[in-house]
Amino acid sequence: MTSLSACSVAIFGLHQPMASINQNRYPNLLPNFRNLGVMLRLLVIVIAMTFVAAALKSSNWYDMLDQWLGISTLAQPMVILSLLLLALADRWLHKLDYPLAVAVIVAGELGVASLMVIASWAVFTPGTPGLERSWFFTAVATLLVLAYFNLRSRMLSPALTEARLQALQARIRPHFLFNSINAVLSLVRSEPRRAETALEDLADLFRVLMADNRDLVPLVREVELCHQYLGLEALRLGDRLRVEWQVDGMPGGALVPPLLLQPLLENAVYHGIEPSMEPGVISIHISNDRDRVHMLLRNPFRAEGSHHAGNKMALANIRERLSLHFDAEASLQTRTSDGHYEVRITLPYVKEGK
Amino acid sequence: MSKHPQSLRVVITDDEAPARSRVKDLLEDCAGSFPIELAGEAASGRELLALLEETPADVVLLDIRMPEMDGLEVAQHLLKLPEPPSVIFTTAYNDYALKAFELHAVDYLMKPIRLRRLHDALTRVRAITPLRLDVLQQIAPDARTHLSVLERGKVVLIPVPEILYLRAELKYVTIRTAAREYLLEESLSKLEQEFSEQFVRIHRSCLVAKAQITGFEKAGGDSGESHWAVTLAGLDEKLPVSRRQQHIVKELGRNQL
Repeated sequence: MTSLSACSVAIFGLHQPMASINQNRYPNLLPNFRNLGVMLRLLVIVIAMTFVAAALKSSNWYDMLDQWLGISTLAQPMVILSLLLLALADRWLHKLDYPLAVAVIVAGELGVASLMVIASWAVFTPGTPGLERSWFFTAVATLLVLAYFNLRSRMLSPALTEARLQALQARIRPHFLFNSINAVLSLVRSEPRRAETALEDLADLFRVLMADNRDLVPLVREVELCHQYLGLEALRLGDRLRVEWQVDGMPGGALVPPLLLQPLLENAVYHGIEPSMEPGVISIHISNDRDRVHMLLRNPFRAEGSHHAGNKMALANIRERLSLHFDAEASLQTRTSDGHYEVRITLPYVKEGK
Repeated sequence: MSKHPQSLRVVITDDEAPARSRVKDLLEDCAGSFPIELAGEAASGRELLALLEETPADVVLLDIRMPEMDGLEVAQHLLKLPEPPSVIFTTAYNDYALKAFELHAVDYLMKPIRLRRLHDALTRVRAITPLRLDVLQQIAPDARTHLSVLERGKVVLIPVPEILYLRAELKYVTIRTAAREYLLEESLSKLEQEFSEQFVRIHRSCLVAKAQITGFEKAGGDSGESHWAVTLAGLDEKLPVSRRQQHIVKELGRNQL
């Protein structure tokens, strides 16, 4: 265990100068307003604030309920309208500088508040609630919500860096590196051309392994990486490794966290193929519907193959990165059934170049 | 080397074909400086033992990480042979074993193997002290997947999941499978330690496989006192549970039946 992390640290060390430059990049302090998790958080925060406001304005419990209903009559439609507008303006807002974006959002919210209040005058008593009072509450609430997302993003930003480090640690199984080099060496004399290709694939793989892996990449690139990885494994495992790709309907442009599938395939080889002399099949199925991408990986499962610590580490790492990128909208599930191990991933279909 | 005019017979054991072919290339390179003969190649421990029945060898280059049976276990089975070959372990990366190898002067080569290291290892192979079983047992992290006995000069492998019970006799331990019995020269208490997950002691002299237990029966003892007996899958014989081990009836009865 210690030597494993030592190895990863050594590799990370090589990469340090580049990493430190990238770490200084200003993190994205504005949340993705099209993310379901963000919307839910927003909704919950605003409702909580209406409770607080009601509690402050009221003298007893009964009065508080009354007050809360009053506030909600205005606040709830306002939140829903705001969520809609924010989602619509999300791309545009993210292009602005952070202070400007904050100003725009506050101004927008004040506009929404005015609209709501004036509309309410038509239904209820004209003049109450007063405009100034609503502006004040709206501005405070908006700034508080933005401050929350700002803090959250700052908190998660080191977590993302951490996740990347973990990605490195979870990724490089020293066995794979040395066995692959060994396999390439065996080809150098007999099949120099295959040896060349294998070394090129190994270089590509390690380029990705050592890159700054915070940004999403197109699915097609991750799949190509997986092909290269499996090609290297096939070199040494020969007939024992069989791969079935069912990716014809795959949305190649969908954005996914880098190294989403490769570590899972590494696990599949390590736990499903290597422990047996018999050939085994790893199958990869990727498809999508309108707004979600589905992935299903299957490999033979052998109860006696007992190296589960590594497996859990990779899964936890991928889960964490999925939730950092997609919050509650992505999921990773595993199950074992009739001699097979399955990993099922669902994530939002985020298109490239949006 | 001049004391051994005949060439060194080497067997390569590795589950990965490219790894074997790499060692083969290197052995050919070595053959220039001293006589080496490639006695054979095996892709698993089982293949190696089968190969050694027909083809005697002086040295086995043995990969540690292999399916079915790892190299450390294979080496233990090899020691059952009347004239076991020397073993040089090969490994791509192995954090747990290497320190132990150093400690006990067990010879090993890191993959990718360098010609010079292989050459040196083969040159001194006849001089080094042979492997010791207790050392191997100490190094091996897991329980063996097979037990082995020597019968008519051949090492017979008995998969542990096929074993119904192990019973200590005078000098031996009897291994009982559904098919037959084998005699094993090992101590029952060591076996109990090694296989504590799969086997349970029901008597001073008997370990039964937990997975093979089909039930417990109350049987009348000679002294009129009743005691429990274990019934095992596919076996008519009932094995008595000693008074001291009665508690296992409750423990296993609850979990399994």
